[in-house]
Amino acid sequence: MTKHLRLYLNRYFVVLCFLSFFSKAAHAQTDADALMIPKNVFCGELMYDHSSWDNYWEGTFKRTNGNIGTVTTNTYSAMGNYGITNKLDFLFSVPYVTTNASAGTLKGQSGFQDLSISLKWLAFQTEIGKGIFSIHAIGEATIPLSNYEPDFLPLSIGLHAETASLRGLLNYQTGRFFVAGAAQYIQRSDVTIDQDAYYTTQEIYSNKVYMPNVTNFLFSTGFRSLQFNAEAIIQQTTTHGGFDIRKNDMPFPSNEMNMTTAGVLFKYTFGSTTGFELTAGGNRVLDGRNVGQSTDFFAGVLYLFDFSKKDKK
Amino acid sequence: MKRHLLNFILPVAVSAIVFLGSCNKAVIDRTANIPALAPSNIDLNADTWKPVLITDPTVFTVAAPDATNSPAYVADLNEIKAYQSGLTSDQRAIIDYWSAGAVLRWNEILRDLVAKHNLPPYQNPDGTYPAPSSTNPFAYPQFPFSNPPYAARAYAYVSAAQYDALIAAYHFKKLYNRAAPYNMAGVEALIPKSTLPSYPSEDAVVAGATVEIMKLLFPTEIAYIEQKAAEEMQYRMMAGANVRGELTAGQSLGAQVADVFAARARADNAGKAIGTPAIWTQLQVTTAARGETFWISLETPSRPPMLPLFGKVIPFLFDTTTVKALRPGPPNLTNSAAFKQEVAEVLSYSKNPTREHQEQVQFWADGAGTYTPTGHWNAIAEAEFVKQGYSEVRWARNYALLNMAEMDVAICCWDTKYFYFNQRPTQANPNIKTLTGIPNFPSYTSGHSNFSAAAATVLTYLLPDRGTKFTDLANQAALSRLYGAIHYRSDVEVGLTTGAAVGQYAVKRAQTDGAGN
Repeated sequence: MTKHLRLYLNRYFVVLCFLSFFSKAAHAQTDADALMIPKNVFCGELMYDHSSWDNYWEGTFKRTNGNIGTVTTNTYSAMGNYGITNKLDFLFSVPYVTTNASAGTLKGQSGFQDLSISLKWLAFQTEIGKGIFSIHAIGEATIPLSNYEPDFLPLSIGLHAETASLRGLLNYQTGRFFVAGAAQYIQRSDVTIDQDAYYTTQEIYSNKVYMPNVTNFLFSTGFRSLQFNAEAIIQQTTTHGGFDIRKNDMPFPSNEMNMTTAGVLFKYTFGSTTGFELTAGGNRVLDGRNVGQSTDFFAGVLYLFDFSKKDKK
Repeated sequence: MKRHLLNFILPVAVSAIVFLGSCNKAVIDRTANIPALAPSNIDLNADTWKPVLITDPTVFTVAAPDATNSPAYVADLNEIKAYQSGLTSDQRAIIDYWSAGAVLRWNEILRDLVAKHNLPPYQNPDGTYPAPSSTNPFAYPQFPFSNPPYAARAYAYVSAAQYDALIAAYHFKKLYNRAAPYNMAGVEALIPKSTLPSYPSEDAVVAGATVEIMKLLFPTEIAYIEQKAAEEMQYRMMAGANVRGELTAGQSLGAQVADVFAARARADNAGKAIGTPAIWTQLQVTTAARGETFWISLETPSRPPMLPLFGKVIPFLFDTTTVKALRPGPPNLTNSAAFKQEVAEVLSYSKNPTREHQEQVQFWADGAGTYTPTGHWNAIAEAEFVKQGYSEVRWARNYALLNMAEMDVAICCWDTKYFYFNQRPTQANPNIKTLTGIPNFPSYTSGHSNFSAAAATVLTYLLPDRGTKFTDLANQAALSRLYGAIHYRSDVEVGLTTGAAVGQYAVKRAQTDGAGN
């Protein structure tokens, strides 16, 4: 039984949890699940995400805005995951983002957003009862790929901070059911904006903006088999600092952006070790602060390549 | 299993410590470390400079100071000594902050409050908009909505009141000729010493004038402003620069001078600038009667035009007939080929923005929630004035010249905007998407161009060694509005011309005010 389970856990798996801030589709892809890709296997993926909102929170005040209507963000990502060893995976993601507002006059933006690279480490694994318990550590860094303007929210394609994050993940799987919980701390660099002075809760004479750090807590549970996965995910993202959007003001990169999201994710595998996989899912912001109440749908095509010796023959 | 756990915990703990401690993210504010004011010239003859409104300083009441051998003065000195015997780091920070200069810091505080209150009101449930009320300032939307014309006027009144108050102060300083307390035994000078007589205190005069005029301009902020003033008074004593009596006399004089400005402000027509629904409709009728397309708000819900009667406000540097004389000829007619060409040019900037253009648009946007274009030019001026070693009174005089030009150019620009009441590019062609918000008033001429050219004209006169620096900045600011696809090229070009013409009125004043360059 546990041998069978290990097989799952060493199989590649992608989960995508978009953190739809005002425009930012921050990828925490593939680093929020307990599943590892085996040594010398590479998985490439193309992913499309469609996010939209018309309600948003100005501080705690929920409203719509006739001068932006519905804000839509489309993200096209190329991603990869490579097994350095059976216990250490390397992951990357390159997103191209376009934004649009359905009303008003502000021009939508587009461009390459932030490169994300991660190392995911299966730190510990043991049998407990009839299942397998594992602990993972994931380190991730993101860096902007273009000099897009972060202070054009809600239509900026991102926040332009460099980030470094650590995530700890606990997972327990018994039979085909699993539960997992993760906690992530995201350190963000200052960002540079085009203005040389700006108002937060006071006027600041600099083009640098202090970006408070962020935590993310995740809980997921569901069904995992070799061929099909289905899971439900709840997340809480909290910015530790920052300020509220003032009444009828525009959002700003260093706002206190918080949100609770709930989502589902499905994956279907055609082959056994290599070949195509399909993934799809969606999520919605249930509650938030200084963010849009976005609804996301995403779908991706994955292909696994096995570069290990036994397959080369 | 224990060994496995150890293998896990150790590297994670180490990387967590390295990672969490690795970033120094402190943002350095460039106004934070301005050195203490040390004027290269104390401008002792400033009592002979030409004030803006006051005519005779002797009409103000400033009682003769206590004799320096009186018990009252000795008690005042002891108050300073008590402060200086145990300064906390917070108190030293207050000294560092205020020693940069009273006019400078109060100008920054004003910019802060303008940005804070520069937000258009949120709509009512029925799609109409509430208006701020000076008689009920704390109700939403709070009074004021410090939009660009309101802000320009606020900067002008504060700066001009400070200037006149300092001229009056110089009269009494010379009359009473009291030396500063840091010349007395047992009192340290924690800021550069000045030979300027210290009664009444110039810092207190500036604070007193500002507090008084701000009661009118930013009534919801009085508690905050008074707290700042109290902090500044404490700074003067802690630094050994003034005794309490000099501060009290200065605040009183400043308030008396500001009352003259407050009386003017109450009668300068700004209170009526918002207009009425009948006036808003009449603007459409008049424009349509000329066969032109009239301006409509591009906001949803439709918002009444911003301060349509601001053009009727009484300027500082010239009279209201000059406002009409400075009004440029009409914009390109709606059906002209020239107009269509201009719309096409704006569309091309909208369709193909470069990152450089976007940066320029953002840098000069100065829209809702900011200190406005006038605030931006005050900040530009501050960075230059700091290098000049000005006295307080020269700081005040130069800001007054700058900001009276800004207010008067706002009047001229608003007069022009509502005389022609023409459409924005996006109204003419809805395909024109913009790189910044479209201000809620007519297009011709560009406010940014007017403000920037007026400011550049004044600053270039005051600081001729800067060459074309300010003119270049003004041209950038003006063109940013075309690149942002919210103005036609003619709005920008004509706005720059009017702005420069208004700026010349301030230059003329400066040439004859007795202060030299």
